[in-house]
Amino acid sequence: MEVMQEVMDDVMGGGEEGCASGCITRTGCLGIIILIVVLGFMAARFPVALPEIALPAEPIFAIGGFAITNTLLATWLSMLVLVVGSLLVTRKLKMIPTGVQNLVEWGLEVLLNLVESVGGSRGRQFFPLVATIFIFLLVSNWMGILPGFASVGLIHEAHHGGHEIHQVSILGFDINLLQAETVGEHETGWTVFSFFRSAATDLNTCLALALISVVMTQVVGFRAQGLRYFSKFVNFRGPMGPIDMIVGLLETVSELAKIVSFSFRLFGNIFAGEVLLAVMAFIIPYLISVPFMGLEIFVGFMQAFVFAFLTLIFMHMATFGHGPETEE
Amino acid sequence: MEIDLTALAAGLAIGLGALGPGIGIGLLVAGAMQAIGRNPDAAPQIQTNMILGIVFAEAIAIYALVVALIIKFV
Repeated sequence: MEVMQEVMDDVMGGGEEGCASGCITRTGCLGIIILIVVLGFMAARFPVALPEIALPAEPIFAIGGFAITNTLLATWLSMLVLVVGSLLVTRKLKMIPTGVQNLVEWGLEVLLNLVESVGGSRGRQFFPLVATIFIFLLVSNWMGILPGFASVGLIHEAHHGGHEIHQVSILGFDINLLQAETVGEHETGWTVFSFFRSAATDLNTCLALALISVVMTQVVGFRAQGLRYFSKFVNFRGPMGPIDMIVGLLETVSELAKIVSFSFRLFGNIFAGEVLLAVMAFIIPYLISVPFMGLEIFVGFMQAFVFAFLTLIFMHMATFGHGPETEE
Repeated sequence: MEIDLTALAAGLAIGLGALGPGIGIGLLVAGAMQAIGRNPDAAPQIQTNMILGIVFAEAIAIYALVVALIIKFV
């Protein structure tokens, strides 16, 4: 531990051997190598179990026949974080913002500039929904990477296969630790139903957001164009007769495909990310997880941004229809 | 004689499904690079539209991945 402390001090201090700030010194390199060796040793000594990867979310408890799943708990947790965060930030608002208020105002200004760059000043009506989708998905996706999200939970008997467990007693509580060894052919082992699972890994969440997005697009189109908006889908008096009817059918199918595309894009990205993290942690624990955590941070941000941005674009396209396709 | 082809199916699903989007994204970014080369001042707008196009193309690969996951784990 003394050696580790010394090395850490040297790494933080930057070393005295004539190195400007920011470069990797000799002791810095040594520190990184020692860290990798220690983590590699831990990886060999403490293997990680491959969890049972299930598409549907696992129920944790039930309230009167309605099963509360772990993704629902994670959604509530995101909502709690957002509500409490908003209350804390807006407690003492100043005219000239400082500190956290400044940060939040910067974020909102970036979003507002984005919305106005696409939709013009009339686009401000889209801002609440688009910004809410973005902020909720961002917080929800990033919280899903936190430790404990797919790993701490209830022990259940596995359907097939499964792992052994090891019981330890910490502070008087009995805690079961899932071991990496799988049970034999005909025994039933154990698996973990984690308490929280990233909200977008549940297809229900993604489908709900996609439905909200597409239905609000139709509402916005109807508000802007009146009943002429529905002539996009059903057009009896079109100049080309039957061709317009077929085009209308294609437009209808395209709207339904948007629902599928929105939900599956978000679900696929976030669920695949979670599976990737679990499998990478199983293959080489503690080491390989680091770059994939970085990837997950990026993917979480991009998927939140894309969902909100596409909603914005479709709403904007719905307000002026397929007439003049040019924007100023 | 029963062979379990599940693993093969999942591998083929994502493997073949990633061909098209891979080529598509490559073409997209190539076009964007040429556009930025011709007009460096418009780089932010080109970049935004490029990201949008990439996300659409990648969605197809994600559909293939979801099918592979469903085959393997459901």
